[in-house]
Amino acid sequence: MGAAPKTNHIGLSVQEYKGGVSTLCKGCGHDVITNTIISAFYEMGVEPHMVAKLSGIGCSSKTPAYFLNQAWGFNSVHGRMPAVATGAALANRKLVNIGISGDGDTASIGMGQFVHLMRRNVPLIYIVENNGVYGLTKGQFSATADEGAKLKNGTVNDLPAIDLCTMAIELGCGFVARSFSADRKQLLQILKAAIAFGGTCMLDVMSPCVTFNNHEGSTKSYDWGRDHEGPIHEVGFVPGWDTPNVDFNDDRVAVPMPGGGSVWVKPLENTNHDPRDKAAALKLLASDHQNDDEFFTGLMYVNPERESLQDDMDMPADPLWNLPIDKLRPSRDKMDEIVESLR
Amino acid sequence: MSEPSTAPESAAPVHAEPIVNRLSIQVATVNGSGSQTANNTLLRAIFQMGIPVSGKNLFPSNIAGLPTWFTIRANADGYTARRKEVDVLICMNAQTAKQDVADVPAGATVIHEEGLKLSDLRDDVDFYPVPFQKMVRDVCPVVALRRLVVNMLYVGVVAELIGIEIEEIDNALTKAFSTKPKALDLNLAAVRAGLTWAQENITGRPRFRVERMDKTTGKVLVEGNKATAIGCLFAGVTLAAWYPITPSSSVTESLIDLAAKYRIDPETGKQNIAIVQAEDELAAIGMVIGAAWAGARSMTATSGPGISLMSEFIGLSYYAEVPAVIVNVQRTGPSTGLPTRTMQGDTLFCAYNSHGDTRHPCLYPANIKEAYEFAQVAFDAAERFQTTVFLMSDLDLGMNLWMADPFEYPQKELDRGKVLDEKGLAEAVDWGRYKDVDGDGIPYRSLPGTPGGKGAFFTRGSGHDEYAQYTESGDAYAANVDRIQRKIQGSADVLPQPIVDGTGNAVGLIAFGTSDDAIGEARDQLRVEDGIETDYLRIRAFPFPDSIRDFVEAHERVYVVEQNRDGQMRMMIGMEMPDLAPQLTSIKHYTGMPLDARTVSEAVVSLEKKGS
Repeated sequence: MGAAPKTNHIGLSVQEYKGGVSTLCKGCGHDVITNTIISAFYEMGVEPHMVAKLSGIGCSSKTPAYFLNQAWGFNSVHGRMPAVATGAALANRKLVNIGISGDGDTASIGMGQFVHLMRRNVPLIYIVENNGVYGLTKGQFSATADEGAKLKNGTVNDLPAIDLCTMAIELGCGFVARSFSADRKQLLQILKAAIAFGGTCMLDVMSPCVTFNNHEGSTKSYDWGRDHEGPIHEVGFVPGWDTPNVDFNDDRVAVPMPGGGSVWVKPLENTNHDPRDKAAALKLLASDHQNDDEFFTGLMYVNPERESLQDDMDMPADPLWNLPIDKLRPSRDKMDEIVESLR
Repeated sequence: MSEPSTAPESAAPVHAEPIVNRLSIQVATVNGSGSQTANNTLLRAIFQMGIPVSGKNLFPSNIAGLPTWFTIRANADGYTARRKEVDVLICMNAQTAKQDVADVPAGATVIHEEGLKLSDLRDDVDFYPVPFQKMVRDVCPVVALRRLVVNMLYVGVVAELIGIEIEEIDNALTKAFSTKPKALDLNLAAVRAGLTWAQENITGRPRFRVERMDKTTGKVLVEGNKATAIGCLFAGVTLAAWYPITPSSSVTESLIDLAAKYRIDPETGKQNIAIVQAEDELAAIGMVIGAAWAGARSMTATSGPGISLMSEFIGLSYYAEVPAVIVNVQRTGPSTGLPTRTMQGDTLFCAYNSHGDTRHPCLYPANIKEAYEFAQVAFDAAERFQTTVFLMSDLDLGMNLWMADPFEYPQKELDRGKVLDEKGLAEAVDWGRYKDVDGDGIPYRSLPGTPGGKGAFFTRGSGHDEYAQYTESGDAYAANVDRIQRKIQGSADVLPQPIVDGTGNAVGLIAFGTSDDAIGEARDQLRVEDGIETDYLRIRAFPFPDSIRDFVEAHERVYVVEQNRDGQMRMMIGMEMPDLAPQLTSIKHYTGMPLDARTVSEAVVSLEKKGS
């Protein structure tokens, strides 16, 4: 008899969190994110059938098929995943929603919906798998490509990049982070905290496109990323069932998450950022790429105080499909009252 | 703005015999002047006197300052379609007064602000000059309110001149100002002042009169949009996402009011409905589809421009088989078009909306009863057939006041369609999301969050097989879209069937939606005035059932009456049943005004002459 497979605190093995085989290019940054998502949901012990996986259109948006096979997936319309996620979240507030988007899907065609999603605080982990190019249509620049970045054919991007983290913070998003798919350790901690957050989490993850944007001159390549990543702090997450009351006796700053557990950050040798400080976060992001092209990663901003959309709208705890007819259809007396008002 | 016409209801000369309970009143005012309350007071008072009545508001796409006309038709025989001719004109707008007077038929009555000096314009109409501006200074000391109060003066004058009972005016006003007692007193006083002035200063009376009768007992007066909102409430809607657009906004706004009263859970105090004002129509329909996927009874209400934006999602709903109810309160297109005028201009656009091969169930309500009941049909059908269902209302039905019988309490339970719960999934053998188990093309779905580990599937707008797996296989694609086609065609048997009136005549009329009101009157005109007997089929839903074929085949000549330029319904019948196309002739009306009977009867007479 072999040893029983390792399981998480709800008794499931990591196998239960896996998905279909990826059809993305070998070495794609997105696959690293997919695997990190699997680890995060496994380690957090989320029931797979309670997860809704949503996406728009593009390489990134294919990835929900590659994790959590036992969760319901919805690969929707280009740039419109936020609306679909908002509807699903309102219909059933027990669902744990994860939305995968890309830089084209978010920063170009989907910018309108992205903006309003950030305003509404829909419980949703919104991941932008950001590679600066359109992969499925063979390598055109997206709106997050850096000014001066070069395509393989030599075309130079003349337009400034849209900074999604800055936008998200300014629009009221309460959990904003930037990471790099090659920094799996940091991403995993951020993802676990996001699962426990309970409102909109915007994760801008630099995720190199090995086919169209991994060359010399690109500012979204693995080499460029490894050379320029500047973590602003060390990030960690302590789950609620492990240590209900976190009391660090060091220089860590811990922020309790509404869904249990605490996210913490710890200063690094030369840098520190307190993610509770909104002004500092915006200032930090404004200086991103300024010194030796360093790009910052870490938890930019966290504010667990804000009400979720469902609380704000006074939605019931039960899913809407479960409301019995007598809670939906007013009585005959009420109909008489309505009719009388029209006489 | 009445339309000049050579065919008044009665061509009697001025001061001829009185005409009782057969008249159209038109009030010409300026948009934003608060005349709507005054006009609704007149309408409601006539209604309370037991006289069948309708109101058509012809308003500009403007907040304040442009001309607006409100037409009230009172008719003892129950004809409530728009009539082109105006019998009693109330001229309150200097901008349009001359043209308004020029447009009324001989023998009409014109009540006007004295200062407009219209009396010399024509000698074949009766003028009643009234010093409204002078009077309002006496009645209303607050200068800022005079613009509004002057409207109540004409209510008083008109009531006295044509015989509207003052008690019913009072009742109507009391209803309108039920929460504003101060305003009520001011308005009651203004009506009295107008009435007394008319009693003391006008000796003659117009020949157009109203007298109490008993044809409205038990009935209600309501706009179609409100009726639809009530229908949605009783249909169990749990999510509405919308973006404001004329003429549909009052559907959701009415629903918001109803939800505040009837959807707050008595036990938990929570809202048993989500209503979201989205950032645009793309987001509105996205939320509807996301919510429906997660099990909510979801809807949006919009108009043509909104449908244009929603088209990509509508294709997703069709192909990924996610329910959605879209209320389309149609206005005059294309593009921005005439946003405050009516049209059946989206008939073709909605039936085959989105790219690729699609076909969507459409419902065509003709009256208040159907505006209410079809909302319930729409939700049941959307969930039964797992697809978008359009409720094709229009501005005429949606925004005008219509007389109707009280709403019937729904008899049926909600149809939530084929949904497998944990037990159902456990019992299902080799379940596949898109498998045709029952031979009706309708697959079984499951909702996110269902435990048991068997129901999860991946919804996508890209090619998929019976198990919802991605595929680019041509055979799998063809089998899937053929099944969807069977499924949608199957809805024809379940959706409201056509209503046929009459049989055995050579001439058949086909119409749908709000044309119905005018068709009934037009058929009477044809019978009485021209000796032309007609049979009539009213289409109530798409896809078409066989009875439409039967009707066309049973008639020598079939006229399809509709409110658009291209004869879109005729095209659809021709596309769905190509062999019938040569038998169909269009009668089309597309001025943005509601259809009137005369337009139909004159067209039939002319076409019949040509044909014989």
